[in-house]
Amino acid sequence: MFDYDKWQEIFASIQRHKLRTTLTALGVFWGIFMLVLLLGAGNGLRNGVEYEFQDDALNSIWIRRGVTSMEYQGLPEGRPISFDNEDYDLLIDHFDGIEHATGRFYLRGDQLLVYKDKELSFPTRGVHPGHQQVEKSIIIRGRYINQRDLDEYRKVAVIGKEVAASVFGNENPIGKELKIGGIIYTVVGEYYEEGNPNEMRIVYLPISTVQRVYAGTKTLHQLMITTGDMPLEEMKALEKEIKMAMAARHQFALADPRAIWMSNMGVQFQEYQNFFRAIRIFVWFVGIGSIIAGVIGVSNIMLIVVKDRTREIGVRKALGATPRDFIAMIFQEAIVITGLAGCGGLAAGVGVLAIISDLEVQYFRNPEINIWVGLAATLVLILAGALAGLLPARQAARIHPVVAMKAD
Amino acid sequence: MKAKIGVSWSLLHLINRNHPIDKMISLKKIRKAYRTDFTTLEVLKGIDLEIASGEFVSIMGSSGSGKSTLLNVLGLLDDFDSGAYHLNGESMKNLSAKEGAHFRNRLIGFGFQSFNLLSFKTADENVALPLYYQRVDRNERQKKAREYLERVGLLDWADHLPTQLSGGQQQRVAIARALITQPKIILADEPTGALDSKTSDEVMGLFQDVNDEGITVVLVTHENDIAERTKRTILLKDGLIEGDQMHMSTAKLSINV
Ligand SMILES: Nc1ncnc2c1ncn2[C@@H]1O[C@H](COP(=O)(O)OP(=O)(O)OP(=O)(O)O)[C@@H](O)[C@H]1O
Ligand SMILES: [Mg+2]
Repeated sequence: MFDYDKWQEIFASIQRHKLRTTLTALGVFWGIFMLVLLLGAGNGLRNGVEYEFQDDALNSIWIRRGVTSMEYQGLPEGRPISFDNEDYDLLIDHFDGIEHATGRFYLRGDQLLVYKDKELSFPTRGVHPGHQQVEKSIIIRGRYINQRDLDEYRKVAVIGKEVAASVFGNENPIGKELKIGGIIYTVVGEYYEEGNPNEMRIVYLPISTVQRVYAGTKTLHQLMITTGDMPLEEMKALEKEIKMAMAARHQFALADPRAIWMSNMGVQFQEYQNFFRAIRIFVWFVGIGSIIAGVIGVSNIMLIVVKDRTREIGVRKALGATPRDFIAMIFQEAIVITGLAGCGGLAAGVGVLAIISDLEVQYFRNPEINIWVGLAATLVLILAGALAGLLPARQAARIHPVVAMKAD
Repeated sequence: MKAKIGVSWSLLHLINRNHPIDKMISLKKIRKAYRTDFTTLEVLKGIDLEIASGEFVSIMGSSGSGKSTLLNVLGLLDDFDSGAYHLNGESMKNLSAKEGAHFRNRLIGFGFQSFNLLSFKTADENVALPLYYQRVDRNERQKKAREYLERVGLLDWADHLPTQLSGGQQQRVAIARALITQPKIILADEPTGALDSKTSDEVMGLFQDVNDEGITVVLVTHENDIAERTKRTILLKDGLIEGDQMHMSTAKLSINV
């Protein structure tokens, strides 16, 4: 029910103390504004990092070449470690729990792609079939590199969506002949990946073909595996075992941190998640703290209002106002102040987030806040407003009319 | 205190007039003390008093004798410690705040020396206020407020704030506010205390009109000529009733209605 008189009373009261009310409202406004901003920024940071993780499998372990930084059994430090196909075979043959594996061979620089009159350059890599799962590539047309491509040294290519769009436009690239670095390949597949679109600007070729045609080696630049639904602890153990095997094979100290670089996406992701959990707790802590400060401000101002209006309250009581009338009045005023200021803060916070979400910064994306969290926060704020009115309302209700009328 | 009261006090009229017609107020051994941490000040020391419906009563006494305290107890603005108080036949003992508010709103209209109008509300809004606590519809309130303002001759001032009105006008607005709920009794603490004699006269005229309609009027005053315009004067001294005088010229009026 809309009680015009009550609202008029409230706004009249607010209007009589504009500055005071404004300052108080500002406290609440700032509280919720900061909460929204901090939450949004926290989310932005998390989204940014998750975005970077999105295009790779979270159950993957990446192994990169390094240079020894320790002597090992008479071998000097500063020795570069390199991988070859036998390392790949080692991974495949000797470890349980590896779901997919792949090597990677980077062709130096971007390769020139020629199709009809189009000439464009893209990064090009040789990979095993398991690369698809490591990179979480989704085939949208044709197929990925397969074992027969490798066995028969086929000249086939799988290209990213961006590559296909740039080179073939609206044409279907599957089956088309494409000159890559001077050699003609048949496009057999086109893929898509979540996350950073740069991951779809790459050309993948069978690793055997690349090794033979461009380099004449069995070298691999990088090795990756996925581990299925292996738990993190086992993943860490597997990582250690692989390092031990590599250390034995390539003769470097197990303790050498630089001989090979291994990154465990699962563990890294979990570390990030822990980090963001900590940030979140901090954000809520600070945000709720400032809201509480705002609410205490409202409570305080309402106490002053009650004190200021003691005489008026006394007169109203003489005329028949019940304690409940004042409780309702004070509550509503407190709720109106917190509610309006809170909604303002929420809107301002969301507005600022919308502005900064347009900024293109790495590791920072979509600093939005969950609409439910926003609404819940507003609801809590209104409850807090009621709470803020509690003490002053009781104060007002208790005032004895005759005492009140003597006040000044 | 100024000149001693020029009314002849008669103990014959003291207390317990037998079988008053339609008792409006009945006080029995009402006591009240103000307590602080270290002292207790007894203000009402056992007041026995009956006021019939339709009476026009003034309460007099020297400063500090307990007049305001008594009136506040009568008006349910303050508690009493012991004794019995019946208003319009109902016991006023141990009322909750809500019950007190209800009785004040339905039965009593108040006048004050300092008027106690809300300064940020216009005359008609002030007059309408008691009806708000009866949950009367807004338009109806406004209509009634104007009606009562007209009765006190201030319809043209309906939209004015109290600060824009003279003392006498403010008191008339306050009286209109007291009357709007059609109370059974009007209680006024020195309603003319802040007014000059001419405006006092007008205000007393209003009270007379109100009483003529049958509404019981009880007012506190320091002034003999004000008291003389009522039909009965009660004299307080040190928290006890020392005198209770019917004014002969108008005495018969106090009984009928
Ligand atoms: N709230 C209070 N606390 C303590 N003492 C009080 C309180 N109100 C009144 N008194 C004291 O009680 C006594 C009676 O006060 P009251 O106001 O009833 O006197 P009064 O007859 O109305 O006097 P006046 O003619 O000056 O208005 C006085 O001594 C006064 O100081
Ligand atoms: Mg007094």
